[in-house]
Amino acid sequence: MFKILKYSFYDLMRSRWSYVYFLFYLALGFVLLFLNNDVSKAVITLMNVIIVLVPLIGTIFGVMYFYNSKEFTELLLALPIKRSSIFTGQYLGVAGSLTLSLVMGLGIPFIAYGLFRSNAIWDFSLLLVVGAFLTLIFTALSFNIALSNENKIKGFGYAVLLWLFFAVIYDGLFLLSLIIFEDYPLDKYSLVATMLNPVDLSRTLILLKLDISALMGYTGAVFKSFFGTRSGFFISIFMLILWTLIPLYNLIRKANKKDF
Amino acid sequence: MGKYFLLGILFLSIFSLKAKTLVVCSDCEFRSIKDAVSKSSKFDTVLIKKGTYKEFNILVDKPLTLKGENYPVVDGEDRGEIIRVVSDNVTIDGLYIINVGTSYTTDYAAIRVVKSENFLIQNVVLEKLFFGIYLEKSNNGKVYNNKINGDAVDEYNSGNGIQLWYCHNVQVDQNIVQGVRDGIYLEFSDNITINNNLSTNNLRYGLHFMFSNDDVYTNNTFENNGAGVAVMFSKKITMRNNTFSKNWGTASFGLLLKEINDAEITGNIFTNNTIGINVEGSNRINYYNNEFISNGWALKVKGACYANSFVNNNFLNNSFDLSYNSKINDNVFKENYWSNYAGYDLNKDGVGDVPYRPVKLFSYIVNRTPETIVLLRSLFMDIIDFSEKVSPIFTPDNLMDNSPLMKRIK
Repeated sequence: MFKILKYSFYDLMRSRWSYVYFLFYLALGFVLLFLNNDVSKAVITLMNVIIVLVPLIGTIFGVMYFYNSKEFTELLLALPIKRSSIFTGQYLGVAGSLTLSLVMGLGIPFIAYGLFRSNAIWDFSLLLVVGAFLTLIFTALSFNIALSNENKIKGFGYAVLLWLFFAVIYDGLFLLSLIIFEDYPLDKYSLVATMLNPVDLSRTLILLKLDISALMGYTGAVFKSFFGTRSGFFISIFMLILWTLIPLYNLIRKANKKDF
Repeated sequence: MGKYFLLGILFLSIFSLKAKTLVVCSDCEFRSIKDAVSKSSKFDTVLIKKGTYKEFNILVDKPLTLKGENYPVVDGEDRGEIIRVVSDNVTIDGLYIINVGTSYTTDYAAIRVVKSENFLIQNVVLEKLFFGIYLEKSNNGKVYNNKINGDAVDEYNSGNGIQLWYCHNVQVDQNIVQGVRDGIYLEFSDNITINNNLSTNNLRYGLHFMFSNDDVYTNNTFENNGAGVAVMFSKKITMRNNTFSKNWGTASFGLLLKEINDAEITGNIFTNNTIGINVEGSNRINYYNNEFISNGWALKVKGACYANSFVNNNFLNNSFDLSYNSKINDNVFKENYWSNYAGYDLNKDGVGDVPYRPVKLFSYIVNRTPETIVLLRSLFMDIIDFSEKVSPIFTPDNLMDNSPLMKRIK
């Protein structure tokens, strides 16, 4: 597995897209801090970018890589290697290189602008952890899609739809349900509904760490009393891990059964 | 001859009337303030030298000047009220009063003025207090340059810094009040001027009006209080050039208006408050030349508010500019600068050609179903806000600024 991971990882490290992705975050980080110079404010702006862009790039890149390396995968399958290690290796290679680009691309400008001297360091670390999780989750989901669809166009279509669902449609349905059931107590429900969408969960986790949580009034207080505690934080991280592991498990299960 | 004699008598009597100075110190004739006050006669000065005086219930019942030299400490040892003034023309100057008693049946105060006129309380420092300066049915006085530094923790067992109850024509000027329940509290008090005060870190309100009319407050700073200023059930209050900042928390606001009529709010700065101004049931208020910077909500208008006008204000970088919970709008918004305005100005007259709608759809939805705030800063909300901006359906039609300015008002 590690050989394949290493291979995929180095392959991607050499590819132009990783650099583009890395340079994009690098530029974003520097521009934000240049315009703002306030590390904690930049974290908020960055959050907006990360919760939208990271899932999108994770999905598209995952699907693209899977289809592109299909021939190589088939070659590997002909060798006496366990299927699970081939796919986990490839998955970790892609997700790892994307995460590395994200962490390095954002980390360098923030460190250059005095992150270690700022008290935003925990918010920023959380942002990176959440970003990494989103990459892992959405790459895994996109691998699932690519594996189940031989047709590339269909695969891409589903991948974009997946992103659209989690980033936009889910919130729309969530909002609709909140308005329809507004006569009922909705705190617990909204808590659960937030936990079920990794994008919403990430957004809430970061928002509650920032001053802006005061805007959320009573509902925010309910959320804070949950997410703010240690157990709430660990439950959210556990949910993110679950969101990573379930698609990964499904990927391996499907790959083992699939007739290539 | 008789005339000169009479004049001589008059001079003599004036000389004998001339005020004495009674000195209080640890090795003087008077060792306690109480003793000196009781042995003084009208219009005398009681000069208190540096030292510590463990006294409480000092009753000032004649026109006197109590003057401290180098801030003598008056320590009430938590046993009750410290100074009670029941006479006109009393001046209290330069004392350092600590350890006022706490009672839930009597509001013990460091200095209480009861039914008196022409009082002056200045340069007093209060610490470890319950109530600070308590003015009761007293008129024409001045509270000047005092420093009140409380250590209140809970609202239910703490008192107010400066409290005015049924007072008229009082000036409250250049005081620093912090760490009490309400910094300055006015109840049934009319024609009060409150200028140049600094009210910070108070548990409830920096300044609080109840049933008080025709009052003016200018150039004050309210920072980091439970809520900056609360104006309730009062008429004709003028609020000018004050700064409301960092009143930040789930139930905080810079300025709360409740049942206020005919007020004037001009030239104030609201920065970093959860809600800049929270308005409920207030009519005929002019909001001119204020700055709203980086608040959660710049304005939250609830309930019946009619005939208010918002002109020439700057709205910069607020999460929401306005929240409005009614379908009817009778308020005027014009010539404001909105940093979220995305219109254009083709004829370059400095006024935008497209009206600005300060109510976002999201803020409308949050008003209806408060739980939806969990979707704050989600992509979906940005998208529907944008679509509402293009073609408004839910927000009141006529709630808009028809002449938004292109440049910030200086």
